Amino acid sequence: MCVVCGCADAGTAEAVVEAPGHAHGHTHGPEGDHSREHAHDHGQGHGHIDPGSGDLHFGAGKARVSVPGMSQSRAIKLETDILGANNRIASQNRHHFESHGVTALNLVSSPGSGKTTLLCATIEALKVRAPGLHVAVIEGDQQTSFDADRIRATGAPAVQINTGKGCHLDAPMVAQAFAQLHQHQHHDAGHHDHSHADPRSLLFIENVGNLVCPAVWDLGEAAKVAILSVTEGEDKPLKYPDMFAASKLMIINKIDLLPHVLFDVQRCIEFARRVNPSIEVIQLSGTTGEGMGTWLNWLGSAMYPA
Amino acid sequence: MHEASIAGGILKLVEDVRQREGFRRVTVLRIEAGQLAGVEGRALRFALEALAPGTCLQQARIDIDEPSGQAWCLPCGETIAIKQRGDACPLCGLYQLQATGGTELRVVEMLVDD
Repeated sequence: MCVVCGCADAGTAEAVVEAPGHAHGHTHGPEGDHSREHAHDHGQGHGHIDPGSGDLHFGAGKARVSVPGMSQSRAIKLETDILGANNRIASQNRHHFESHGVTALNLVSSPGSGKTTLLCATIEALKVRAPGLHVAVIEGDQQTSFDADRIRATGAPAVQINTGKGCHLDAPMVAQAFAQLHQHQHHDAGHHDHSHADPRSLLFIENVGNLVCPAVWDLGEAAKVAILSVTEGEDKPLKYPDMFAASKLMIINKIDLLPHVLFDVQRCIEFARRVNPSIEVIQLSGTTGEGMGTWLNWLGSAMYPA
Repeated sequence: MHEASIAGGILKLVEDVRQREGFRRVTVLRIEAGQLAGVEGRALRFALEALAPGTCLQQARIDIDEPSGQAWCLPCGETIAIKQRGDACPLCGLYQLQATGGTELRVVEMLVDD
């Protein structure tokens, strides 16, 4: 039944109750359902009236629920992972890296742990140990290209990402940076002696110095490596559990300073194992080179088999 | 902080749905941020409320569920509840735990006005 004019409509279409004050024009045809038109606004308080029984149906909307006090709202069920967009691109990155034989490592730490120094020392050591191995770096900082400049000084290609106000790198940024690196690689390819070239390569992604946010943002890396220096305190793994839980390896750096600081190495390792029972640990000094051999061995085993 | 990036991600998600579904505005937005998801509920709410004006999220009620953390305890062979990473198993007091629940970060559903 059309509530406005009271005509009984034998059609199956439902009439719409209109809130007072809404303009309405309508026509009725025989059996009414398809030829009947209602011009109306979607106002407040819509319920549907069954033309046969006159019953009111508030559950006829998309969501099949009535929400008292609300206009005809409908519910849309999403159950969508918020980080889904980033994770999709991270998967693409991962796939891209794998298909190019690139082992990507996401280096995370607080600012000043010695990541860049360690990277420079690693690149120099790899030149000796594995001269045919291609190494590249993606640098992340809020501002400046200081870090990328230091890497480039070693002869390894580097791309600097400046996040501006951002506190972490995300997958789309890394995808773009990798594309930049890749272009340069192809450009230089003609100059390399291919007989010594290793089809595998290493990509270090030095994340923004931050022990909180990067933990949730997958970049498509093969593993996260957390770097913790002995000047930071052995309780860091418990204070920043998400990061250490997400990392495959923890590097305890600046061990040359151990005589000068109160840092209990065993306690630090114990704390790290509390939040991540399977975390591996390497102790080293980026400046003296102590422990570098172990780190290079770890890198070797982390890379895809040739 | 990264809750701002996450709020941005939520807004984008909602706007993508709006393109698809054609609604006018959101009246209620229900989000799930598990206790082990690495996101702080209050900071997320603040970030969303700051982003909302001028968007279809303006004046929406934001419901954030924070399901509790769950982990599998290797020594006990059982699933137990934990509030945060680094907590010990309440049964055996050890730390050999693997997070199995409370790690979700998702938009569950929303009520919209056409």
